Parts: sequence; structure tokens; C-alpha cells
Amino acid sequence: MAKVDLLQLRPEGLYCEIGDFYIDPWRKVHRAVVTHAHSDHARWGMGRYLCAEEGRDLLAARVGTASLIQGVAFGEVVHHRGVQVTLLPAGHIRGSAQVKVEYQGEIWIVTGDYKLQNDATCTPFELGRCHCLITETTFGLPIYRWRAPEAIGHEINAWWRANQSEGRTSVLLGYALGKTQRLLSLLDPSIGPIYEHGSSAKLTEIYRATGCALPPAKNPTQEPKGTDFAGSMVLAPPSAVGSSWLRRFGDVRTAQASGWMQIRGIRRRGAVDRGFVLSDHVDWPSLLSVIRESGAERVLTTHGYAAIVSRYLVEMGLDSTPLETPFTGEANAEEEEVEPAPV
Amino acid sequence: MQRRRRWNLRRFSQLFSALDATNKTQEKVAAMADYFRSSPAEEAIWAVAFLCGQKLPSMVSRTKIREWAGETAGVPDWLFEACYDAVGDQSETISLLLGGGESSPRSGAQTDEVHLGEWVESRLLPLADDGEQDQKRKLQQLWTQLTPQEIFLMHKLLGGGFRVGVSQDLVVRALGEATGVPVPILAHRLMGKWKPTPEFFAQLISPDAGATHDRQPYPFCLAHPISEDPASIGPASDYLFEWKWDGIRCQAIRRNGILSLWSRGEELVNEAFPEVLRTLEALPDGITLDAEILAWDGERPMPFTSLQRRLGRKNPGKKLLSEVPVVLVAYDLLEFEGQDLRELELDRRRELLRRLTEAHRDLRGLRISEGMQFAEWPEAEAARSRAREMGAEGLMIKGRSSLYQGGRKRGIWWKWKLDPFTIDAVLLYAQRGTGRRASLYTDYTFAVWRGEELLPIAKAYSGLNDEEIAEVDAFIRKNTLESFGPVRSVKPELVFEIAFESIQLSSRHKSGIAVRFPRIARWRRDKSATEADTLDAVKALLATLR
Repeated sequence: MAKVDLLQLRPEGLYCEIGDFYIDPWRKVHRAVVTHAHSDHARWGMGRYLCAEEGRDLLAARVGTASLIQGVAFGEVVHHRGVQVTLLPAGHIRGSAQVKVEYQGEIWIVTGDYKLQNDATCTPFELGRCHCLITETTFGLPIYRWRAPEAIGHEINAWWRANQSEGRTSVLLGYALGKTQRLLSLLDPSIGPIYEHGSSAKLTEIYRATGCALPPAKNPTQEPKGTDFAGSMVLAPPSAVGSSWLRRFGDVRTAQASGWMQIRGIRRRGAVDRGFVLSDHVDWPSLLSVIRESGAERVLTTHGYAAIVSRYLVEMGLDSTPLETPFTGEANAEEEEVEPAPV
Repeated sequence: MQRRRRWNLRRFSQLFSALDATNKTQEKVAAMADYFRSSPAEEAIWAVAFLCGQKLPSMVSRTKIREWAGETAGVPDWLFEACYDAVGDQSETISLLLGGGESSPRSGAQTDEVHLGEWVESRLLPLADDGEQDQKRKLQQLWTQLTPQEIFLMHKLLGGGFRVGVSQDLVVRALGEATGVPVPILAHRLMGKWKPTPEFFAQLISPDAGATHDRQPYPFCLAHPISEDPASIGPASDYLFEWKWDGIRCQAIRRNGILSLWSRGEELVNEAFPEVLRTLEALPDGITLDAEILAWDGERPMPFTSLQRRLGRKNPGKKLLSEVPVVLVAYDLLEFEGQDLRELELDRRRELLRRLTEAHRDLRGLRISEGMQFAEWPEAEAARSRAREMGAEGLMIKGRSSLYQGGRKRGIWWKWKLDPFTIDAVLLYAQRGTGRRASLYTDYTFAVWRGEELLPIAKAYSGLNDEEIAEVDAFIRKNTLESFGPVRSVKPELVFEIAFESIQLSSRHKSGIAVRFPRIARWRRDKSATEADTLDAVKALLATLR
């Protein structure tokens, strides 16, 4: 009898038939295991949610209905209809998890979004061994190799100091959930005051409340009228560019922190003064090492350069195919993380 | 023990970063001025050369570089190709594949500094004499020694594609700030061909205005396009009007018996136009003409594509000389009897030019550009509307009292072109762009109808704003019919108005016609593909040219 795949793609999302649940479904389903709270993975309206305890409050903030969300500790096995589900840390943003699904000795792991680099705001990635690995490939090209985040943090602080010495405000753009808090953790608060945009403030508060120590960041709209922001650091989502919200800061220098900043053309197109290459996704060398060390015989790829990574793996002798999801478009600068709805 | 020298491009690389990080002219000039102030002549002069667009001779095959880089990075060809598609630039692709990552050399590493000139002369130029194996070995060594940005710059210099958004004008301004030498003198000294040597740099920034050499051209005076109501620039009677020819703008110089024909791009084109040299030889010594080389059938100019057959062809044969004869159409006299006339007013210079050409009426290869005067703007407008039948692109408008000033000075000379031709065409193929448009589909091929069939008529890269580009890019990704390598065929649905300067018959195009300078004028969201123009309608435009 031909063995049935433990996970299959359905119009609603990635489905485990034996366990009757979906992983990061994009249509409303009865039971969803959610890898992390970014809106392209965590959708509103599921019957029940299962996620990592570390990210429970973040998920609740994004989809509402906290009572429907069950949080489990990393590594804790959940038994469900004979299937064992375990969440392993993914290191992407706070509470991000890989989903390990085991049935009669057969193990599949869905990585969700992940990275191996240091990030003080979440539990580090943990490698799991499996028969089939479903990995993200957002940055699945050999041109993407990240430098140490500490070095990037150093450059960001140096940039802030240089702007400060010229009497300018530094505006650093990054997504509201995950990137903003990681940037905050890299900033040196002794340089000057730090402000953050309202769209990330509530999320940052959840980070702090769930045990992540971060430097204080104020809300600029709550400062007295006529406050001089010169010399300060402002964290804001990319959508703040060109908004009236930005005008209060006077003479600004802008920068964006993202993996896409690796490409000069994208950097220049972004109309920011500076691009810092800081990604929350896995780079090429780490992607290959994870695939190798997982021991997987079969690798399914999703997001970004799925077809290319898959072809490369096949040439290396692995069984691999790209997984066709609604997100398997080609990479583009807007895809890294989807902007959150106003909270 | 001798300290190891890391042959670096550190200073030049820092300058590049500073220039690349800003689009404010003043900041660019300041960064270059700082750099020139603090760099030895051996470094500075090479930087001047590269910033002004001088290119190294081609030494290593681009294909080989790509092959070796892929091999060194352990990346198969098809994957290199995929990386290139995402990056849009070969030098950058190589720098990202081979530099970068956590192990790359840091720019602050302990190394002795080697200036740019020594680096170019000892590391790059010798590659010209190396066999492929040595070239490969040396490049592999350089890749391990340089930071990613230095690798990027090295390949830009090797491949002749170095650009950082500064014009020669800005370089000259920065040199002026750094040295105190007046800008017009610096600009003049930088004209023509020179070698990037420390000796040349010393002459360049020398405070005494040294003699110019026999071949040296003057900085060209350039015109601004006129877009609004021409009456806004003052009364028509203040101006001299000339036809704006679509030929090769040049300076023709005869000094001490040496003849030089310089194109606007400062290329010496003597060998391509022997009959112009003979004309120049018949003129008195100590002379410089600002002129246009035009292909001329005896009565009127021939299309630019005819002239193109002559350009870049050294020592043309009899057949080509008779099929595409050229004349020199003189606009202006910049030097006469060895005297620099640029400080004279245009009317005065034109008078001297008129006398000169009258005295040499017998020279069939020399024509004076006809000067026209109009009391009122409507008369000028009427003349402009005749430009197409004259074979001209429009009118030049020059202040009658203007001095001959190098660069694009505002308010002295204007170009008033004819409105372009326009057609409505359907987007049929798309390819990814390069540089700032890397990874987006921005290179388009447009088509018009012949019966039920769409025939490609023009390729265009520019004319849309960033939001429109993003929207078209998304459309292309969603509506791809087929991919052939980097090219996608797209569902014929989007219609654009394409503007172009000229049109002519062509046997090399399937449509049978070729258009000149096509660009997107606007997106016709109001039109469906079936409403686009037909080939017959486009061909009808040909008739308006005669």
C-alpha cells in the first residue's frame, strides 16, 4: 500500500488528514496550528488555534479571541488522534515555532519562517531531525549570506551617533512585529532617546510583558507640543514614509533594516538614505546546513525562491519539490513581512 | 619581517559609498572635494578618470569572469543566472557570491594602504597580458583579499560599467573646491584625451593657466530643453534661431597643422570622416568650429541611421563614402587665428564665422548653419513646424548676446524640439530590468496590429513612475503566457502610448519599420488591446516625413 503523505496541500492550507488540523491555513478551518503571528501565517477566524506559549499573547493581539488559543511549551508533545505534534523554536520572531508532526515513527517538520542568527527577543532556533522537511526559502539564493547581527547593530548605533552629531533625527524603518523589537534590542539606549510608532508599541509591550527585556521607547505623539526630536532614534514601519506622522521629527536621516537591503537596486529604489542588511529569515548557507542536518530525505520548499532551491537540492541528490502555496510568488521587497492591521 | 600588504581600494571605496549614499549635489561635491584634498596625486587622478567616465581597456572576458566566479563560489551556471536575475548586475552578483557573509575581510583590518593608481597599474592592467589561467588565479586571489564592495568596484572598473551618479561637471566643481583653480579652466584642461598620470594631475590643478595642447577641445556649450511657453524666455528678437540637426555634434580643430574632430562624447572621430578632415585642412590654421557632422544627400540630411553606418567605421571604403557622404555644418566659431573667441557675444562670433565660410564658399563639404531671426514668437513657431520637412528635430534658440559657456548653463541656449510621434501599442513581452530596477519587470516590448496578429514595434524602458512599474510588474507575473529564458510573453491586454522621435523603413525588423528613441508617454488604461494602433496607421506616419 502506498504510504499517504502526513501533510498535504489543500485549498485551505497545509493539512494533516490523520490529525485533522491545518498548519498556517489561509482560509477559515476548524483547527489551526500557527507558526507565528505575522499576518500571512496567522489569520483571523479559525475554530481553534494552537501555538507556542511564548507567542500566545502576540497571536491573541493579532486574531483576537484569546480564549480559542491554546499555548504549549516548546518541546511539549501534544497527542491528537494518534498524531504527536511538537512545537520547536524557529528563532524568527518572538513565539515563532516549527511544527513537528509524528505518526507511527514518520516525522515531518514544517519550519515556518526561521533564522539561525542571534536574536535576543526570541528563543533560538532548534534543529529537529525528520524524514520530510517543509522549509521556507524566502532568501533561497547564494547571494544571501548574512553578516553577524552584532556587527549590524554596531553599524546602526554608529549611524545614529553620526546623525546625532549633525543635529538630525534617525528614522529606522522595520516591520512592526518582530523587526522593530529586534532593532530595539540592538540599540544602545545611552546614545539618546528612542521613540516608536504606535503600530508597534502595543506589540512591544507584549514582548516586555512576556519576559523580553527591551530598552524603553516612547510614543512621540504623547510628547508635549514643540518637543525637539533632534538626535533621537525613531523606529517606524515602512508605511510611515511620507506620512504626516514623520514630519514632526524635522531634519531626518532614514534607513531600512531588511534582508532585501542586500541588493543595491532595491536599496536605492527604497528612497531611504541607508540600508541595513538585517533579516529574520534563514540565509543560504544556514538553509543548506539545516537541510543537511535535519537528515530529511525529502524536502518541500515554500515562499520566495522555492523552485530554485528545490532544483538545487535535486541536483545534490535529494528528493525535493516546491510546494505551491498562494505565497509561492517570486520574492519581492514587500513580501518579507506583511504590514499588520492597525491595533 | 615584512608586513603583509592587503591591496585595497579602501579610500576609493569609501568615496563610492559616500557618493552612492546621497542624491544631493552639494553632498556629492563635498565628498569628492574632501577626497581630492586628502589623496595623493597618484590616487586622485585615477579617481578623476573613473568618475569622468574613462574606461579601462577590456582585458578579461566577461563570460570568463562569470564562469570563474560561479566555479569559485560553487554555484552552477543556472543558479548564477537566477542570482543575476535577482540582482540585475553582474559585478554586484559576483561581489555577493564571493565577498560578504561573516568571514569577509573588514575594511578596518590592519593593512598597509595602497593607492588607487598603484592598485590599478599593478593589479588590474597587467591582466591584459596574462593568459586565462593566470587571469583566473589572480582574480581568485583578489576575491579573497577584497571586501564585497571592493569586489563590486573592481568588476565595475574591469567591465567598464563604473557609474556613481556624478557628471564631469560635478567632478570639476569638486576639484575647484579642493584646489582653488577656477572651474572653467579645470573643465577645459579635462577635455579631450589624457592619461591618468600624477604629472597630468599636477598640470590639471596648477594655478597658472598653462597653454592648451594642439588637440584640446573646449567644453561644449549645451542647451536646455524648452517645455513651457517659449515667450517666457523673453522676446523672440533677442535670439538667433537655427535648425536642430540630428547628426553628430562635434568640435573641428586645426592648430599647428594638427587636425582634430571631437565628438560630444569626447571621442576623436578623425578616422571615420576623412572628407571632413580634408575640408578642415583647407581652412586657415588656429581655428575651432562648433559644428554638426551630417549625412547629406546633396539637398537634405539623410536619416541618422545612415550616419550611424559611418560612425565607428575607421577608414571607410569608397562605396560607403559615396552612399553616405557627410558635410560639416558649422554653428559657431570658438577660435580664430589662434585666439579664444568664447568671451565674444554670439552675434560677433557668427559674423566672424560668416566671413570665414564666405571666404571658403568653394568648399563643398562645409556649410554654415542657417541663422534665422524672428520678430515674434508665432513666426518662430511656424518655422519650427517646418522642421520635419527640413529633416531637422526642431529649433535651437541661442541668446544673441550669449558667450560660449561650457556645460549646460541655464538661460542662454535652448532646444525646442518638435512634439514626438505617438502611437498606442500593446505590451507583449517583458524582461527584468537592471540596476535600480533589478528584479522588477521593466523592459517592455510593444506591438501593434497587422490583421489578427500583433507585431513588435518598439522596446522601451522608461516613462512609468514607481507605482505604475510595480503595478505592471504584478500584472506581468500574473499574466505570463510563456517564458523564454529571461523573457516572458504576456497576455496582450495593457495599452501604452509610445512616443518616438522618428520613424523609417527597416528590413531588419519584422514590422518593416524602425522607430528612434521610443519611450512610454503614458499608460492608456482607457483603452483595450483591440483599440491599439495598426501597422498601417504607423506606416502612415512615414509619409509625414517627406
